[in-house]
Amino acid sequence: MEPTDAELIAAVIQGDTASFEPLIKKYQPRVFATARRYARRESEVEDIVQEVFIKAFQKLAGFRGEAPFEHWLMRLAMRTCYDFLRAHQRNRETSFTELSQPETDWLDQFVIEPDAADEHAEAARQLIRRILTRLSPSARLVITLLEIEERSVKEIAEITGWSVPLVKVRAFRARAEMRKILAKIAKTKYM
Amino acid sequence: MNANKLQSKLIEAARKEPLSDHVPYAFEKRIMACLAGLAPVNPWAMWGRPLWRAALSCIAITLLCGLWSIMTSAPAQRSDNPDNFAQAFDRALYASSDQPPEDIW
Repeated sequence: MEPTDAELIAAVIQGDTASFEPLIKKYQPRVFATARRYARRESEVEDIVQEVFIKAFQKLAGFRGEAPFEHWLMRLAMRTCYDFLRAHQRNRETSFTELSQPETDWLDQFVIEPDAADEHAEAARQLIRRILTRLSPSARLVITLLEIEERSVKEIAEITGWSVPLVKVRAFRARAEMRKILAKIAKTKYM
Repeated sequence: MNANKLQSKLIEAARKEPLSDHVPYAFEKRIMACLAGLAPVNPWAMWGRPLWRAALSCIAITLLCGLWSIMTSAPAQRSDNPDNFAQAFDRALYASSDQPPEDIW
């Protein structure tokens, strides 16, 4: 019978570092998927995941077992992703002059007939990725969690450690920031 | 261009994007190698160690002070000297009440 998370954690805290490996194996796909939402380059994703597990290992004694280990780990992962965004915010893209041809075509299609523009199209995905990279770290985190992952405000408050009113304020600002970026695209391309 | 509609279309596109949970081969080995020199940090132990050190130093200082006071006060008590510290302290404390009232006025 495989040991439970609690047993593995207890063993790690007692000094058996090898017991941490099954935990990594079990949860790394979810951490990788989360990290890929915030980092584009695969090397950056790997660095984020590595940092998440190192932090988890170091802070394991602080895990009280009130919530499942997975929730605790994912909260840690989200905060690490947020720290990554803040550390790399200077590298945010600043110009929309270099939209790819498929992105431009998709936008043209949207302008002509908004309902016909397919949201499954790769060009739409590229465009939203590009827009997300232009958002401030907090705006990107809120838009990702609230709009894309469709989490509740309360859940976001728990994940980020922000208060519920702060999440609401940041969500309002994030939507405004995104609209501003979209308006900028429209101005650049069609005016 | 309807920015609100564009925003909702793009958000919808992001929602439908399948997220890859692919893990590079033997990635857990890389992490385990990084963890080799580390130990889990216990926050209570982090506080506990300096607090124990501080407590031991305090006990040592208290013992030294106790010993010093015994050593210095012992000869005075043995010789039955009226000028020992306790008597001097008593005199200082009751100095005002020991004075005859006419001296005050």
